Amino acid sequence: MIKWFGRIRSTGGFRKAFVRYITKGRSNRSVGGTAFLLLFILAFAIFAVFPVAFMVGNAFKPMRELYRYPPTVLPQNPTGQNFKDLLVYASESLVPFTRYLYNTGVLVILGCLGQILLSAMAAFPLAKSEFRGKKLMSSMVVYALMFSGAVTAVPNYLILTKLGLVDSLWAIILPSFASTLGLYLMQNFMEMLPDSLIEAAKIDGASYFRTLVSIIMPVVKPALMTVFIFTFQGLWGNTGGSVLYTENIKPLSYMLSRIASTGIARQGMASAASLLSFFIPVLIFVVTQSNVMETMATSGMKD
Amino acid sequence: MNNRGKPVSKKVPLLTELRTKKEVYLMILPFSLFFIVFVVAPVLFSVVMSFTDYNVIQSPGFVGLDNYIDLFLNDSLFLKALQNTFVMAVIVGPVGYMLSFTMAWMLCELPDKLRVIMTVILYGPSLAGNAYVIWTLIFADDSTGFANARLMSMGITDGAILWLHDAKYMMTIILVVQLWMSFGVGFLSFIAGLQGVDRSLQEAGMVDGITNRWQELWYIVLPSMKPVLLFGAIMAITGAFSISGSALTGFPSTGYATHSIVDHLTDYGTTRLEMGYASAIAVVLFVLMVGCNRLIQKVLRKVGT
Repeated sequence: MIKWFGRIRSTGGFRKAFVRYITKGRSNRSVGGTAFLLLFILAFAIFAVFPVAFMVGNAFKPMRELYRYPPTVLPQNPTGQNFKDLLVYASESLVPFTRYLYNTGVLVILGCLGQILLSAMAAFPLAKSEFRGKKLMSSMVVYALMFSGAVTAVPNYLILTKLGLVDSLWAIILPSFASTLGLYLMQNFMEMLPDSLIEAAKIDGASYFRTLVSIIMPVVKPALMTVFIFTFQGLWGNTGGSVLYTENIKPLSYMLSRIASTGIARQGMASAASLLSFFIPVLIFVVTQSNVMETMATSGMKD
Repeated sequence: MNNRGKPVSKKVPLLTELRTKKEVYLMILPFSLFFIVFVVAPVLFSVVMSFTDYNVIQSPGFVGLDNYIDLFLNDSLFLKALQNTFVMAVIVGPVGYMLSFTMAWMLCELPDKLRVIMTVILYGPSLAGNAYVIWTLIFADDSTGFANARLMSMGITDGAILWLHDAKYMMTIILVVQLWMSFGVGFLSFIAGLQGVDRSLQEAGMVDGITNRWQELWYIVLPSMKPVLLFGAIMAITGAFSISGSALTGFPSTGYATHSIVDHLTDYGTTRLEMGYASAIAVVLFVLMVGCNRLIQKVLRKVGT
């Protein structure tokens, strides 16, 4: 803050100082352009935030406000009752709440670690080495993204049954390792790296795997974080649908979505449950995005 | 080890290739195993099934191209779905893609703290797994719906508008909601990609006579992140062709006004379990996306020239 005020004094004029702050002090930025950018962003931010605000508001509304006419976005008399109800409901359920939490933890940690490691290992050669079958594999990775999951669900289920994985968390974790979205993103980022980086590691005598882990992966950290976010989101939102039957191996999102889809009498609790299943990914997202910023600031790639 | 980085010579026997590039193949192996079991096998299975009358219960019988012929000659609903999907894809795909990129680029112009806040706000809709639920509350058909109640209490409309069941509004609402959700994976990868753009290039550009941010965007930023642009394009294509109308307007939608290919596919694949026919739909959808991707790649190659 002090630094910021100092800057105002040194350049003189609030407007100039603001533009300098917003453009990070780059001299080739016009004032008009900057104003246009800010307005454009603001318009979309309002459009994006409105339904979300509606959802957040609902979670804090007492029962009679949920059915008020005309409805409001924000609660008039905010209450934590919905969350209390949710807590009571969760503590009364046959399977303890912590069990669902534990299942989700296992799912998310194993799934994310495995998927990021395996995809990074495959993405590196695809981006930076020559080998037989590279072209075929590259195009299969891309085309895999375009085949509808609705039809592969049946063969997938048959395969999981054959492997004896049905009704265990592995039925979600192992197929997630085959996801090509993260791999393809990492591959694209690694392609942008200069070859000299890898040559230098080779001269230092680093093995191929070592080069990936200690040279490449730190440099593509923004991509890794991005992959982490959507891998996390996918696993967090997975309710186990058709592959989990036993109640005490089901994940948290199953419990929350069950509550969220219950009838009108529990509408308040349902809103609270929706907010909760939204809040955790947002938290993870904020942490990782700030982390991306920090690495960029310290790795010397920025400014 | 020593062959790394050199072009493949077809004359090297496979075993020699495997031995000399052992490290490379070992790195790909773990992923490949999972990929073959959980992606390649199911997809091949589906493609084969598209030439049969497989219905999960009876053993499949080979029917040749019958499923494909039925789709294009006897299934008017599929043609309707094709048309609707085309409308959705043509609008949501390019608009969503350009919006995501423009927004990501603008956000990277902002100071770090402000940028993180704005990123969270814009990506928020993609984080809300139950996004459609919120919109069904806003556009509910009766007077308790947010949009209806507001319009009525302000005296703009007399009665409740059937937002999600009147063919006049359904498509528009789907397009609005889809654009609302368009700041997704592509958007995030753009943000990450923009941070990798070498700042020294931008400084060199300023010396070389680049005077404003728009020139900098076209000549420096865009060319140096082409791979990420391609990635974003693929995300936009798969997203735009996979839009399902039924999540908002219910299934079947009034007059099939928002019936899309994915809705048609889900109907046959999950409800009727006519897997042979559903697989044929998936194959057609796949071919559409691949074709579209080829086209976009050609366009993107011209960026920054």
